[in-house]
Amino acid sequence: MVQGRVSAWVFGAFIAALAPAAGAETPGLRVAIAYLRAEARLPPTLSNLDPVPADLGIAGAMVALADTRTTGQFLGHDYQLDLTSAPPETAPLPAARGALAAADLVLVDATADQMLAIADLPEAQGKILFNVASGEGRLRSGDCRVNLLHTLPEDSARTDALMQVLVAKRWTRLALITGPKSADAAYAEALRASARKFGLEIVGEKAWTFDTDLRRAATTELPPFTQDLPDHDVLLVADETDDFGRYVEHNTWLPRPIAGSEGLEPLGWSPVLEQWGAVQLQNRFKAAAGRPMQSRDYAAWVAIRAIGEAVTRTGSADPAVLRAYMLSDAFQLDGFKGRALTFRGWNGQMRQPIAVANGRALVTLAPVEGFLHQRNETDSLGLDAPESDCHAFGATP
Amino acid sequence: MTRLALLPLIFALPLQAGEIWVTNEKDDTVSVIDTATLTVTKTYPTGERPRGITFSKDFKRVYICASDSDTVQVMDPDTGEILHDLPSGEDPEQFVLAPDDRHLFIANEDDAVTTVVDTQTRQVVAQINVGIEPEGMAISPDGKIAITTSETTNMAHWIDTSTHSLFANTLVDSRPRHAEFTADAAQLWVSSEIGGTLTVFRTADQSEIGKVRFEIPGVNQDLIQPVGFRFTPDGKTAFVALGPANHVAVVNAETLAVEDYILVGRRVWHLAFSPDFSQLFTTNGVSGDVTVIDVADRAAVTTIKVGRFPWGAAMRP
Repeated sequence: MVQGRVSAWVFGAFIAALAPAAGAETPGLRVAIAYLRAEARLPPTLSNLDPVPADLGIAGAMVALADTRTTGQFLGHDYQLDLTSAPPETAPLPAARGALAAADLVLVDATADQMLAIADLPEAQGKILFNVASGEGRLRSGDCRVNLLHTLPEDSARTDALMQVLVAKRWTRLALITGPKSADAAYAEALRASARKFGLEIVGEKAWTFDTDLRRAATTELPPFTQDLPDHDVLLVADETDDFGRYVEHNTWLPRPIAGSEGLEPLGWSPVLEQWGAVQLQNRFKAAAGRPMQSRDYAAWVAIRAIGEAVTRTGSADPAVLRAYMLSDAFQLDGFKGRALTFRGWNGQMRQPIAVANGRALVTLAPVEGFLHQRNETDSLGLDAPESDCHAFGATP
Repeated sequence: MTRLALLPLIFALPLQAGEIWVTNEKDDTVSVIDTATLTVTKTYPTGERPRGITFSKDFKRVYICASDSDTVQVMDPDTGEILHDLPSGEDPEQFVLAPDDRHLFIANEDDAVTTVVDTQTRQVVAQINVGIEPEGMAISPDGKIAITTSETTNMAHWIDTSTHSLFANTLVDSRPRHAEFTADAAQLWVSSEIGGTLTVFRTADQSEIGKVRFEIPGVNQDLIQPVGFRFTPDGKTAFVALGPANHVAVVNAETLAVEDYILVGRRVWHLAFSPDFSQLFTTNGVSGDVTVIDVADRAAVTTIKVGRFPWGAAMRP
């Protein structure tokens, strides 16, 4: 689904829904937040069974806004959320300038390159941007920005989580099928790096080369395609646009579990999370959005909850005060994942457990027991301080 | 060897026999434990997802929050028969019975309200808007102040029970779970699961007196998650369940210092004393059992298998 087609309707509906909630009490403090989306033209996929929701990310922000406003009404804090969505054919920077003029706190739903361009705008200096959409490692390393925090986990945090589970199960021989898109290649590289980090071996790799509609032929084409892979315990699939992955499982030559972009998936959020009070959030989200919560929704939810927590504890809407508090030891956020969420002081990444889950149930919430770390077990996932080339935040972990 | 041989004798001679009632959240049952034999003597079916449980003053009625049935059930504890349901608002999780033995104050987790129900007329008396995901409920010994804690709003909401309105909202650390007044009503204690602390307030002006913090060697700090707690009758000690840290902390209620940690089952949630206060029973959600603690020795003595995901616990003499 091309998001630009439906966005106008989506925003109209949200703004209408917001109006009755506003203006309960005279606010002592007004907190302006913006959600800025640079819409992407999504590539076609073989199956249309799971379209990308038109309000992906935004719906999470809306639920968090309602949650945060409830706290605010007891304290005289009023929260406003402005939504800006730039259609794919337009440049995102003018829209970004508009959002930054309206708010000091901006959630950015864009590609890594767009995000960097926005963060480098003069209008963005001294403000706080929240990356809710890009898992690219460079944003947390050499390309980090002092005004850009990340509530979506980096790709390597997810692949590290998956590898911890495979190590714990002693499924150590892996094979890998990589799709043709650049996102697939990037995810495959993250999988390889995580396999090296945790001592797993990728014994064979294949590139996905099919250019036919596999929906009728998967059961005859996939067995020979996977037949010449060396024997392995788990077959990894790198298919980050959800194109072909669904046709791999149960069609392979060897009866092997699938993991990565399909099957056993490492995710920032999953609709199957139910412990740690998560079912409350899932219910609130489903009631508001009419669909299950996804990782980008969660990243946006967490960003606004982090803002709310910092405003509540500091009594300030000054971005410098909020940023200092969020990066301090005092900050801790309940994210329904069983551990307090905090920000990494060296690159502004939110430290968070990763759900390793299939479509029906959570297998494990990583960090997996036994993977130790001198500071915080969750730092066994993703870029640790010595691995990150980010210097904008100063050296303190 | 000598000590092991003596244990059954100690169990066989409690000062006063009684029962511990435990709600099994994922089995839709309550387990009844005999405090003399330390065995489950009866298991009764309940509504869906039973959590909070409390007895009437005369112990002739047991009230059970059947969260997913959206009701509070009233059971005859002698027969296990459900006598009737009470209107409770949606998703009742935890509640407290007022000192008048008549009004239940109920936290409606999905609805961000506290519901007040008259157990005699079976009518809702009031609904009070509170923060997101209310859970912990307490009432002052004189019945004048009710407390609701809200998990996502991170507050203790102070309710004037004569007007059913909020007169104060005090921030606590992340994800408050349980609240209790001290017996002299001078203090309110609130546990914060994700914050990993207990906050102690002065009732008179709702100001913060202090915090209890925990540290267990070998247990990661962010897994220390205080939930349920109980005071000893002399008011000098609090026993605090620490969730996935799998320990119960023994806290000096005067100095707020932690004196001991007792290893129990997995994800320890709520607790109840035996009638003579010599034993403490803990619900262990993940291991599906109840640990029995010898209060004087501050040590776990045995474990009793109950249903799936035991949650609440209440004593009946």
